[in-house]
Amino acid sequence: MEKVLFGYLAFAILASALLVVLSRHAVKAVLWGLVMFLHQAVLFLTLQAEFLAAIQILVYAGAVLVLFLFVIYLINLREELKWPKFLATYPLAFLVIFFFLVLAGAGISGFTPAPAKGILSTQALLSRGHARLLGEHLFREHILAFEAAGVLLLVAVLGAVVLVRRIREEER
Amino acid sequence: MIPLNWYLYLALALFAVGLFGFVTRRNVIIVLLSIEIMLNAANVALAALGTRMQDVTGHIVVFFVIAVAAAEAAIGLSLVVLLYKRFREVHLDEVKMLKG
Repeated sequence: MEKVLFGYLAFAILASALLVVLSRHAVKAVLWGLVMFLHQAVLFLTLQAEFLAAIQILVYAGAVLVLFLFVIYLINLREELKWPKFLATYPLAFLVIFFFLVLAGAGISGFTPAPAKGILSTQALLSRGHARLLGEHLFREHILAFEAAGVLLLVAVLGAVVLVRRIREEER
Repeated sequence: MIPLNWYLYLALALFAVGLFGFVTRRNVIIVLLSIEIMLNAANVALAALGTRMQDVTGHIVVFFVIAVAAAEAAIGLSLVVLLYKRFREVHLDEVKMLKG
């Protein structure tokens, strides 16, 4: 049962990712991306990471993809043309990525993980919950990284505002 | 119990799909979406390793990757808007000037 679910999720994620990459229409690509992110949230649930699943839906489906859709509607896009200069690179790119897959697959096939640390054991997850365990370790051991991520988001938002605003003043 | 390697192979295939899109597409918006796909592939691998090693650090790194992806999308899309205002074009091969 578990393996059937994993098989379905893997198939859906890979198929929708391929559709994102291959569809000529940008709106369709973003909507297939939504399908991919929702399936990935369920994949996080199969890994007993319910907080990550919630964050995945909130941030990716709720914020990032809506931002993409806004930008697509802001700029008027036409259907992408088939441009021979770019289509000529398809087989080369395919070849490069095929060999990347072979090499990395060979690397993974001999991989064994380190022994379990036992922080995220099933008993702890059942008694205290995933979000609480994550929060305890986030705010104790990774508090500096957490604050740096906050500053990074602030700088990114300020940067986006400044970038878009400067042009508007030049045009006046 | 699903073996750890299945998740790693899935993450690898997803990363390859994102890389293929990043290399072959001309539309800047789809190139940015391909970057998001690659970041998500990394997230799958990190979450699977964190769960199997019963270590919370893997999941915390996923959390930070999602934060960085949101920042990257904001900056990247504002650059796309700038590109469209300057060139009326979001296809990468049409933009050839380094100095506008």
